Amino acid sequence: MNQSPDDLAIRTRDLRKVFGRKVAVSSLTLEVPRGEVFGFLGPNGAGKSTSVKMLLGLVRPTSGEATVLGCPAGNVEARRKIGFLPEHFRFYDWLTPIEFLRLHGRLNGVPQDDLSRRVPSLLDLVGLTPHCEKRLHDFSKGMLQRIGLAQALINEPDLIFLDEPTSGLDPGGRRLVRDIIKEQRARGATVLLNSHLLSEVEVTCDRVAFIKHGEVLQTRQLRTLLEGEIDVALRARKLSAETIQGLEHWASSIRANGERVRFTVPDTEVLPEVVRYLIGCGVEIYEVTPQHTSLEEQFLEIVGEDGGL
Amino acid sequence: MGAWIMAEVTFREAARKKLLWMALLAGSAFLALFGTGLHFQLKDFASRTSPLIARQGVDALLMVGLYAVDLMAVVMTVLTSVDTLSGEIDSGTIQAVATKSITRSQLLLGKWLGFIGMLTLYLALMVGGITALTYLMSLRFLGGVAPHNLLRGMSLIWLECVLLLSVTFMFGTSFSTLTNGVLALGMHGLAFIGGWIEQAGALTHSPRAVNVGIAASVLMPSESLWRRAAFEMQSPLVGAVGFSPFSNASVPSVAMVAYAGVYVAVALGLALRRFGRRDL
Repeated sequence: MNQSPDDLAIRTRDLRKVFGRKVAVSSLTLEVPRGEVFGFLGPNGAGKSTSVKMLLGLVRPTSGEATVLGCPAGNVEARRKIGFLPEHFRFYDWLTPIEFLRLHGRLNGVPQDDLSRRVPSLLDLVGLTPHCEKRLHDFSKGMLQRIGLAQALINEPDLIFLDEPTSGLDPGGRRLVRDIIKEQRARGATVLLNSHLLSEVEVTCDRVAFIKHGEVLQTRQLRTLLEGEIDVALRARKLSAETIQGLEHWASSIRANGERVRFTVPDTEVLPEVVRYLIGCGVEIYEVTPQHTSLEEQFLEIVGEDGGL
Repeated sequence: MGAWIMAEVTFREAARKKLLWMALLAGSAFLALFGTGLHFQLKDFASRTSPLIARQGVDALLMVGLYAVDLMAVVMTVLTSVDTLSGEIDSGTIQAVATKSITRSQLLLGKWLGFIGMLTLYLALMVGGITALTYLMSLRFLGGVAPHNLLRGMSLIWLECVLLLSVTFMFGTSFSTLTNGVLALGMHGLAFIGGWIEQAGALTHSPRAVNVGIAASVLMPSESLWRRAAFEMQSPLVGAVGFSPFSNASVPSVAMVAYAGVYVAVALGLALRRFGRRDL
């Protein structure tokens, strides 16, 4: 990647955490450039939450190094520019949403004038303005998740950690999370999204890391992942061995089985040319279907069916 | 700044959860009961006893009242603060706060200061209430009975509560809420029985029993602070008589008070060190 340290929101080298005999994170090496929406994917127990906690200074690494916004992980000044929504968000539920947001803003050093402006606007953003007189202990799970999201944004952070942000949210809430992530990216913020909902990651992230046993197995640009090499299913008659061999001009991994042939092309742009070639060879085509590899399939292929259990 | 925000939050939490108000309500009920008892005692003294003996009787009742306040303050200190660290660590509540631009030391010290504010208010109202009641009610008949050295005595009770608060914080950084409560009150119980052994030893001239009591005070000096407070507040006559349930045959030294101060600093220091290093 060769990014300069100033361009990176997160940088880790061989980050490791051992709890007693249990290795939670074995060796995490990661670089997340500023302004990117980065997805952290992995099965349950892969070490995603522990990694996030190490980056925030909640958990001390056993070894390795981590810098966040150019400062060592856990640095108090850097945290002023960080927003965090924990996976199991708990808080002082005796507060009203306004008091709650003001408290979290004050703890992050946000001036009173800015708080007076941001608190109502954030309550509006997460749809809680009609409930601002209630105490948080009267909130539903979805409403609590929304106020948690608002507190993560109260300091207009440069880096936002969202750990399972759509947990407990209805479809409307999930859409809200997606919109907020897009807004934050447009503002120039970096977002680290930790989620097991792959469809959510698919539509929001620029890049993803696949993690298993606390190690990054692969990091990929999501566009490459979804729009890169494409498997194509062809059903046709009058296919000669020479015609199939001729497909090698555009395709690779050609597997023929009677009327059915599967091959891989670099992108869908070449398909009209392939079809013209086949017709020119006298082939009778019944079906040409690009097979997009979903993030879920990629996940299972990289991480494995057992999910690392 | 962060510490003051946390102190304010701790104080507001106690008020919002009605903890503070319930403690003050229970304290008011206690004062009402004490006042009623004192009223009848004074009435009976006025008809039957000389003012000199009556003064000793009122003095003794005042010491009983102050002892009850001391016990209530100790229990309130432990019960209200026992959950503040361990509970928030267990539930994960602390994660949203500890990831803000506040150091862990500020977070812990802020909570500690918030509880100190509460116990100071509680002690001022309770000790002040019981002293004012006794003085005003005995004013006509006895010219006003008051603790001998009120401020010094109250400061010692306050230090006792601060000590227990710091010990509760120290255990709260390592143990669960229940374990923390058992440990903090258990240590106070140890100091309590040690104090009685020391007094009984002094009365029966048993230096070894006195040493056992002193050893218990070294382990946990909370009860010795009350015994020093009782010594400071009791009337000189009761002091001269010697042993009574609320005076002292063996008075803890000023060195023991200083030791308690060091104990607070060490307990708080260990709490800060452990809290600063542990995973949340």
